[in-house]
Amino acid sequence: MNFASEKRAIIIAGLGIGMLAALLVLAGNPANMGFCIACFIRDTVGGLGLHRAGAVQYIRPEIIGLLLGSFILSLIRHEHAAKGGSSPLTRFVLGFFVMIGCLMFLGCPFRMILRLAGGDWNALFGLAGFAAGIGIGVIFLRRGYSLKRTYALTKLEGAVMPAIQIVLLVLLLAAPAFIFFTKAGGGPGAQHAAVFVSLGAGLLVGALAQYTRLCMVGGIRDFILFHETKLLMGFAAIFVAALLVNVAAGNFHPGFAGQPVAHTDGLWNFLGMWLAGLGCVLLGGCPLRQLIMAGEGNTDSVITVLGLACGAAFAHNFALAASGAGPSDNGKVGVMVGIIVVLIIAAVNTFRSQKA
Amino acid sequence: MMLDARGYSCPEPVIMLKKAMESPETEYEMMVDNRASLENVTRFAKHNGYEVEAKQKGDDYALRIFRK
Repeated sequence: MNFASEKRAIIIAGLGIGMLAALLVLAGNPANMGFCIACFIRDTVGGLGLHRAGAVQYIRPEIIGLLLGSFILSLIRHEHAAKGGSSPLTRFVLGFFVMIGCLMFLGCPFRMILRLAGGDWNALFGLAGFAAGIGIGVIFLRRGYSLKRTYALTKLEGAVMPAIQIVLLVLLLAAPAFIFFTKAGGGPGAQHAAVFVSLGAGLLVGALAQYTRLCMVGGIRDFILFHETKLLMGFAAIFVAALLVNVAAGNFHPGFAGQPVAHTDGLWNFLGMWLAGLGCVLLGGCPLRQLIMAGEGNTDSVITVLGLACGAAFAHNFALAASGAGPSDNGKVGVMVGIIVVLIIAAVNTFRSQKA
Repeated sequence: MMLDARGYSCPEPVIMLKKAMESPETEYEMMVDNRASLENVTRFAKHNGYEVEAKQKGDDYALRIFRK
């Protein structure tokens, strides 16, 4: 693929993804939340009863679709390869704290764009924090930060996570008594598009993201590191398409106060996404990219997704997650602890590789 | 100069090449083991005025990066 066609592909994909995300809201998803990897993993974890926040419990088919869409397309393109072993437990911890940061802000980097496209200016603080966190991460990358290499694994290792998605889909459709669903009107967990609409959108976006290697963190990171704009264009295209659909559908409400599933505490919006931005640079990709790589057979990304899921469960069990009313005191402590832990991980893995 | 970036995901292979390009060498051989790295390394090298020849070797890709 030459550069011009690469850029054209990611812009078209970004426009399609942004449009689908805005349409999912019209189909029933919460406002400015056509996609949110952090929120949807959190809802899924709640659906499984691993946390008991009644407002956010639903096995989100978008997550299942994203992972399977990437899995299927990577198989077709002969890019599926089972691999892992690059500091898995460190990645779990990073994933855990990326989720704590995202649930302080109330959204992953993907939803941050969608919030901006809906006129939620609180997300500007998030974007500033996100870019600043990535900037710090790039300093470590330039100095030799590495979680070391991966190794080839057995084919079965690469198939386990896709198989788990099928199990989740069966649990969603069969809806046995031990699966939790937010009651109608009981919160964001009750707002969702029809299962097959969500699943289809997830599959499509998963395939597009696999093809283009779209990544919200990679966009800003590569621009700072190499002045490379390919991924950043995907980021911009998502924003433009979602904005246009939101304006056309009357879903664009510019302002700070009263935004859906958001709070107005600028400092903590900034710090939450600072933590997420730095953590994601250290992981090599945003939560969406981790799902896509998990579908491609990368078990380190699977471990990261499990870290995100575990972080989501703890965030609600320990009252770390923010709400529309603002951040909780526990959440502020959680983010501060996260910042310290993530900086230690960054420093140790930079210093060690300089000595090696 | 030989660079072995097998097992590494982006951006690390590109950073490896970028650091190597600070040396006076004008030709690099590089091994990567995934197509995303192949695409990213190729794009970076071409933007910096290098030519790239890539060959698939089993599951890996062997790149020759050189000035014309």
